[in-house]
Amino acid sequence: MIIKPHVDWLALSPSLALLAATGIQLMVAVFTSGWTRKLTSAIVTFGAYAAAFALAVVVAARTPNGGAIVADSIFRDRYAALAQVLIAGCGAIAVLISYGEQWAEDHLAEYYALLAAAGAGMMFFVQASNLMTLFLGLEWFSIALYILTAIDIDLVGSLEAGLKYLIVGAVGSATLLFGSALVYGITGELSFDKIAAAGHPHDAMLVVGLAMIIVGLAFKASAAPFHMWTPDAYQGAPTPVTSFMSSATKIAALVVMYRVLVVAFPADERLWRWAIAAIACTSLAWGNIAALVQKDVKRILAYSSISQAGFMMIGIASANALGVRALLYYLIPYSAMSLGAFAVVAARERELRVPVTLDNLSGFGWERPLLGVSMWVFMLGMLGFPLTGGFIAKFYVFSAAYDAGWWWLIVVGVVATMISAYFYLGVVRSMYLRDATELQLAPAGGSPPREVVLSTGIVVCAIITIGTFFAVQPLIDVCRAAASALPI
Amino acid sequence: MHWLTTILIFLLVAGALLVVIAPLSQYWLGSIAALVSLIEIGVWITAVGKFDFGSPGLQLGQQVAWIPDLNVSYAVGFYAFSLWLVGMAVIVMAACVIYGWWVGRTRARAYFALMLMLTGAIVGVFTAQDLLLFYAFFEGMLIPLYVLIGVWGGAGRMRATQLFVIYTVVGSLLMLAAIIVYGLQEGTFNLTQMGPSGSTWIFLGFVVAFAIKSPLFPLHGWLPDTYRESPPEVSAVLSGVVSKAGLYGLLRIVIPKFPGPVHDWRIVLLVLASVTLVYGALLAFRAPDFRGVVMYSSMSQAGLIVLGLFAANDLGFDGAVLQMVNHGLISAALFLLAGMIERRCSTGEFRLLGGMARGRPALATVVLAVGVIALAVPLSTAFAGEFLILAGVFQQGWGWAVVGAVGIVLAAMYMLRAISGVLHEDVGPAVPDSALDLRLGELAVVVPLLLCLIGLSAWPNLISGHAFGGNHARATIAQGLP
Repeated sequence: MIIKPHVDWLALSPSLALLAATGIQLMVAVFTSGWTRKLTSAIVTFGAYAAAFALAVVVAARTPNGGAIVADSIFRDRYAALAQVLIAGCGAIAVLISYGEQWAEDHLAEYYALLAAAGAGMMFFVQASNLMTLFLGLEWFSIALYILTAIDIDLVGSLEAGLKYLIVGAVGSATLLFGSALVYGITGELSFDKIAAAGHPHDAMLVVGLAMIIVGLAFKASAAPFHMWTPDAYQGAPTPVTSFMSSATKIAALVVMYRVLVVAFPADERLWRWAIAAIACTSLAWGNIAALVQKDVKRILAYSSISQAGFMMIGIASANALGVRALLYYLIPYSAMSLGAFAVVAARERELRVPVTLDNLSGFGWERPLLGVSMWVFMLGMLGFPLTGGFIAKFYVFSAAYDAGWWWLIVVGVVATMISAYFYLGVVRSMYLRDATELQLAPAGGSPPREVVLSTGIVVCAIITIGTFFAVQPLIDVCRAAASALPI
Repeated sequence: MHWLTTILIFLLVAGALLVVIAPLSQYWLGSIAALVSLIEIGVWITAVGKFDFGSPGLQLGQQVAWIPDLNVSYAVGFYAFSLWLVGMAVIVMAACVIYGWWVGRTRARAYFALMLMLTGAIVGVFTAQDLLLFYAFFEGMLIPLYVLIGVWGGAGRMRATQLFVIYTVVGSLLMLAAIIVYGLQEGTFNLTQMGPSGSTWIFLGFVVAFAIKSPLFPLHGWLPDTYRESPPEVSAVLSGVVSKAGLYGLLRIVIPKFPGPVHDWRIVLLVLASVTLVYGALLAFRAPDFRGVVMYSSMSQAGLIVLGLFAANDLGFDGAVLQMVNHGLISAALFLLAGMIERRCSTGEFRLLGGMARGRPALATVVLAVGVIALAVPLSTAFAGEFLILAGVFQQGWGWAVVGAVGIVLAAMYMLRAISGVLHEDVGPAVPDSALDLRLGELAVVVPLLLCLIGLSAWPNLISGHAFGGNHARATIAQGLP
């Protein structure tokens, strides 16, 4: 007789809700067409993300002490639940951003189905408690994202971007898998906690395996020097997809990276701290310097997301209680700013029907005051200016680095922030300081489209960005509760 | 718990939001902004009434936990000297807002909202008693200034904003690093509870940020472009009020909290201040235009005030506070006058100006009166401030006082040159006969500033004698301003 493991359906429910939505809307799409298909698909996906959000909150509320479940293959704890809440929030806002996009009608249902499937994969991924579920989750959401990137075959560069993402991403996945195999080979264990218990901390094979796992996850977090796909994929993908990738993927990859490191490799802490710090510094340097010379706003934001990954990895490299709070807190304003910034780019794209560059943002702030002010908020937030959560996030990350005794990481972060002022404020400069008439630009014709759904999404992001500046302590308490699931 | 300080800050923020949403014409938006800034002066007068000038401690304070995790709080309150600086700031800002209203700035909604936000941030800087909050306000000043210069500035505004932002951001991020290290070492970010620190690195992080804002030689590279390209009322705010944030930081944070490094670095800072004083005065003397004279004189004055601050005695501190207020009023009035002259002649260059006194009695009187106070003629309030500073720094060594005296002589030279270059000599080619005398609206902006200066000339002790509760400046500061 086969012994079946006990299945904790509640813990799996956020993932299952999104998976169910994928199936439902593919079926619903058969019976609908035109605007009804657009509406039902969006509503089903949004509803599924909202449900996943609520279910993750329920899991968090009912799980004061976390642990591994379902034959020790996934974790049910507040750490994973917080990540799921954040990813679900990103997904819901991504639906709002997607709604007004001009999709080819025969791809519409697939688009929303894949958006839900990618979310489901991430929900599963952040719960992973052994190397097998880790890889499964990673591939699950990655494959969905590869297709999403290339889904708009009419869009110039979309297919190319998808292919680049696929190839480079596959290298990342393969590296992760290889590393996992090495770790399994030396320890004979798959579960994170048993890997730690198995010993062999400084065995060469384990160290190489650890390094390859870090590299594989760094690919997904788009941290330099594993970022090669990021600018092309972010630029080529349809903007709503980019917004989702830049926020949710980063949450998933960084949260899991931290968990794997502290749970599975505590004995090698010294090694991985240096490795992560090195990746963080490279990301900060390369992301910010490369962004200086970009003209395309999506590419600027892509490089900015590389540098933001660097800031968040300072929190990981600190490897202390303050660091994990800093990382989790940072993800909240970061994902709001990133989603919001790409949403504003999407709005401008739909107005002009050409890729958005710094030049054709000119005068945008005066034409569309709400979007302009929001973009301003997002840019100042990424830069880490007060009145946005980005400021507190950087403050926390730097505090964690100091607390860990690595004050030089503060210096690196501060210098990176100085450089980044140029291109973040460059966007503001284009929007407000230059006149559209000066560059002879005109919208594609007629009055610009007023998209209530998109604007709602942008306003929500702006409110989160500013709100996180004021409501710091409640969020920190949530992060602290989530961090208590980790042995740190 | 006192709400007055909080009201003083957030009345302006609320005013800015009102301007953003009020469905009114440009003219009425300006009137709302002017009204808010006048109410702000009223609230400040109420605060003066409630203030006990005999006690050296923090007053009208309020503290609410913000991030208890790291002991960061929303803590605001007044010392006597910050009360005077806030008073100067709200008066100057009111004048500038009203001037912007009078000249009818385009895109009024954004313009007035940003001006009010800027004022709120400035009041916040002078009242914040938590280092992180101080930083938030300090950076908060930059955001509105960036757009105010970049949108309403002159032809070279792009370069000006870039220089301004690069300098300021570099300075303030160094300060952020210093704040984090200092705050975590002390276990709190509340300035009133933080003990003294002996770390030179933290000290330098603060000093560089404040030296850029003030500005001190050799960190003044942003000054010429920014002051020339800004709209005149924004230049007035920058040199009159925003630069005082740097000097205030030296007085509130650097001198009380870093007694060891201040002692070690005193000579360096006094030398830099002296160089700033003399070099600024020489540049002002060579400047080809009216704004150039005002902006370099403002740099020169910053050097003088820093001399007073690092004299480290009662006379020096009292004089520095008095001179900060004096210079705020003087420099704002001069920049506004520069703007009024440029409106008439579309240039500020001396070689194209001249002879404007003929037939324009109001302009001549106001320019002459402000100019004469600016060059510290005896019996003026600037004379009182500079005299106190020189007497204070004399106790550090007579050489410093000699440098200061040279600077003051140079001040007389450049101010008289500027006055005669505009008002007297032959009528310049850029001065049309039709150029009007000062209009009623312009007088309403400048004359109150002049009246404040005349009032202070009659009673400079109002500030110099009431800046440090009980007038024991040195003792109060040595206790770290608890």
